[in-house]
Amino acid sequence: MSTTTTRTGAAAGATADYLDQRTGIGTAVKTFARKIFPDHWSFLLGEIALFSLVVLIISGVFLTMFFVPSMAETHYEGPWAAMNGVEMSEAFASTLRLSFEVRGGLLMRQIHHWAALLFMAAIVTHMMRVFFTGAFRKPREINWVVGFVLLILGLAAGFSGYSLPDDVLSGNGLRITDGVVRSIPIIGSYLSYFIFGGEFPGQDLIPRLFTVHVLLVPGLILALVGLHLLLVVLHKHTQYPGSGRTDTNVVGYPLFPTYTAKAGGFFFLVFAVIALMAATMTINPVWNYGPYDPSPVSAGAQPDWYMLFLEGALRLMPGAGTEWVIGGYTLSLNVLIPAVVVPGILFTVLAVWPFVEAAATGDKREHHVLDRPRNAPFRTAMGVAILTAFTVLVLAGSNDIIGAQFSMSINDIIEVFRVLFFVLPVLAFWITKRICLGLQRKDRELVLHGHETGRIVRFAHGEYIEVHRPLDEHERWLLVQHEARRPLEIEPAEDSRGVRRKGYGRDRLLQRLSRLFYEDRVEPVTPAELAAAHSHGEHDTIAAPERNESTRLVGTATGGSGSQEGSATGAVGGGQHLVEPETGNPETDARNR
Amino acid sequence: MKALAARRHHRYAPAVLLLLALLLTGGLYAVLAPQVADAAPAAAGSDDIATGEKIFQANCATCHGPSAEGTDAAPSLVGVGAASVDFQVGTGRMPMQANGPQAPAKEVQFTDEQVEQLAAFVASLGAGPSVPSEEMVDPAAGDVANGMALFRTNCAMCHNAVGAGGALSEGKWAPSVVETSPRHIYEAMLTGPQSMPVFNDANLSPEEKRDIIAYIDAQREPSPGGIKLGSLGPVSEGVWIWLVGIGLLIGTSVWIGARSS
Repeated sequence: MSTTTTRTGAAAGATADYLDQRTGIGTAVKTFARKIFPDHWSFLLGEIALFSLVVLIISGVFLTMFFVPSMAETHYEGPWAAMNGVEMSEAFASTLRLSFEVRGGLLMRQIHHWAALLFMAAIVTHMMRVFFTGAFRKPREINWVVGFVLLILGLAAGFSGYSLPDDVLSGNGLRITDGVVRSIPIIGSYLSYFIFGGEFPGQDLIPRLFTVHVLLVPGLILALVGLHLLLVVLHKHTQYPGSGRTDTNVVGYPLFPTYTAKAGGFFFLVFAVIALMAATMTINPVWNYGPYDPSPVSAGAQPDWYMLFLEGALRLMPGAGTEWVIGGYTLSLNVLIPAVVVPGILFTVLAVWPFVEAAATGDKREHHVLDRPRNAPFRTAMGVAILTAFTVLVLAGSNDIIGAQFSMSINDIIEVFRVLFFVLPVLAFWITKRICLGLQRKDRELVLHGHETGRIVRFAHGEYIEVHRPLDEHERWLLVQHEARRPLEIEPAEDSRGVRRKGYGRDRLLQRLSRLFYEDRVEPVTPAELAAAHSHGEHDTIAAPERNESTRLVGTATGGSGSQEGSATGAVGGGQHLVEPETGNPETDARNR
Repeated sequence: MKALAARRHHRYAPAVLLLLALLLTGGLYAVLAPQVADAAPAAAGSDDIATGEKIFQANCATCHGPSAEGTDAAPSLVGVGAASVDFQVGTGRMPMQANGPQAPAKEVQFTDEQVEQLAAFVASLGAGPSVPSEEMVDPAAGDVANGMALFRTNCAMCHNAVGAGGALSEGKWAPSVVETSPRHIYEAMLTGPQSMPVFNDANLSPEEKRDIIAYIDAQREPSPGGIKLGSLGPVSEGVWIWLVGIGLLIGTSVWIGARSS
């Protein structure tokens, strides 16, 4: 036994040495093997996307062996009785053959499709994690944009692949795409003819989509995934706040052996979940829909989930009065707004968010410690609002399914969703922001007073107090480590001689933006406040939260209107009350300059 | 009693009380719920039409009028034929339980014999489509592929590609036809109940109707791909990828990344 091990070890060593002498790979392995990654389940969400991409490529290569990307006419003869003798395209016939005659073909098709849905779901979940924890801040803005482009490429890959089998359902989707393209003013119809090689559906589309789906998009995705991961390695991984974790270190385990084992194992688990779903649950049963023919549209015709928000926007948009004919040209706002403007706004907001937030924060430093979502109330609330709008659109895209399954009137559902699309995000924003601020106040409270123990003590002179147990250092670190972000303060419009300052307008705009982000805030406990809380007997501060509230508002005014007021109230000093956040503390003010 | 009083603050007390209240409500409902008016004993022995008329008077006349001439609330039944009665009553849609956008298919309230007698009475009021024979609706005799082509051109836009059902306007719906018996499918095509258009023998010949029945019958087979997920298309697939796919994998992630401090 031991001799075998030794022999294997020697062989491995010799191979490694051979490679190292010729490629110098030893240095790379050494660097990578000792790369430290922090441990948290939410850091694995991106890996789900990566691993489902690997599964997509493996199963996709298998599918290309049997799929015929051609729109030439043929008649199906095979084991699926409902399609026997039916006229169809080569693409659809080969999909049927792939499903029913190729050994393991249907399983591979279903693995490919479930993996595609999972790929998009994992990308979105990963993106949510990055967004809500502020992992897109400097130096990672570029990587956020790379990830965003990957999301768009994922949509393109999903859509082009979904359309390949040339079944009725995907054909309906292409017809909608054609309509959307045509709604673009002036160039629309030319663009449609360009894409479809003539009048829809034409003869060219499937071969073109095939090239896009197996060559162009996957090539770009692979290249950008490489860049995405390279940047992760360059930037080092972000970590959640905690004692001992700073912007200058990474606390975790080395890539080898811990993460090679974990990630390797995780790949097989992702594959297993996809295989489980593919083996037991039907997905995209094209044999039910039949070959594409422009006339039939079946009930429950929807795109895959990641495109459903577009479908929902189209379904919500009122048709009457939104199609204008100007000088003989039709302007289809009923299509243009939901299918081009709405996703345009969504995607633009996502793409530029890191830059907008950086401008509002006025912060040029690097951040490697993540935010707790509650400590960035505006961002968190905006994220929830965007997700809410997205969800309303997804549900609106499923309105007929909801109507049929839950016995509701589809007309009422549409009316309600039209209102909810505008109201619910605002409500979600407001509620989320309040929850965040409330949680921050709770954190302050906890730091200043410690945990409630429920133990009531009566002193000899009759006073009752509740005993509070102070936080240990690690708990406290987590609650006070973040810095208070405040609205930008700008130079006055005119200098001391009354001359108007250049660039004031831009500064003013930035300040407005910044106030939007940081006007309402709860500041973390400063060391001075903590010391004060500890020095002044413990329990005369039951009214503290209310006081905190009012001073916070004063503090906001201070932040907004310059520093004079701050220095005026600064004389009050920090020790009067146990909770006296920003009004009086010169130290805290100093941090902002 | 004392033991009971001592336990009334027990943490499960509200749950137990709620359970008892639910049981009581359910029990009372079972006892007091309105029963079907069954004025016609099956063994009437007399002529089918006469018995049918009695059943009609007891169960249908309130809305359709004493001689089935129709009222403001419900249409005339003169000339609708036996096929219509067999479908509406035989699937439990009539007598209609409550006013609504559409009569739901509830439990059938009459025996097959009573349905036949009722159909015979309504058929006697005026000529209309009759109940098809067994052979006319035999799925085994139909052409599934032709049925597929006809179904997706004529039926799928409301009933979904495989007949799983779909929504119509204003709270109406096209029901799932997968569980419907071949005879009732045929009668529905022939008579166009509720929101459904009539497919008479000029639109769809009896053979074509049988092909459609053969296609629907084929949908009762299990899907080669596994669980059908309601045959509802990408929406239900999307629900499952988030519930099962992302659900399981986030669980797995938590398990793998469990050493977090």
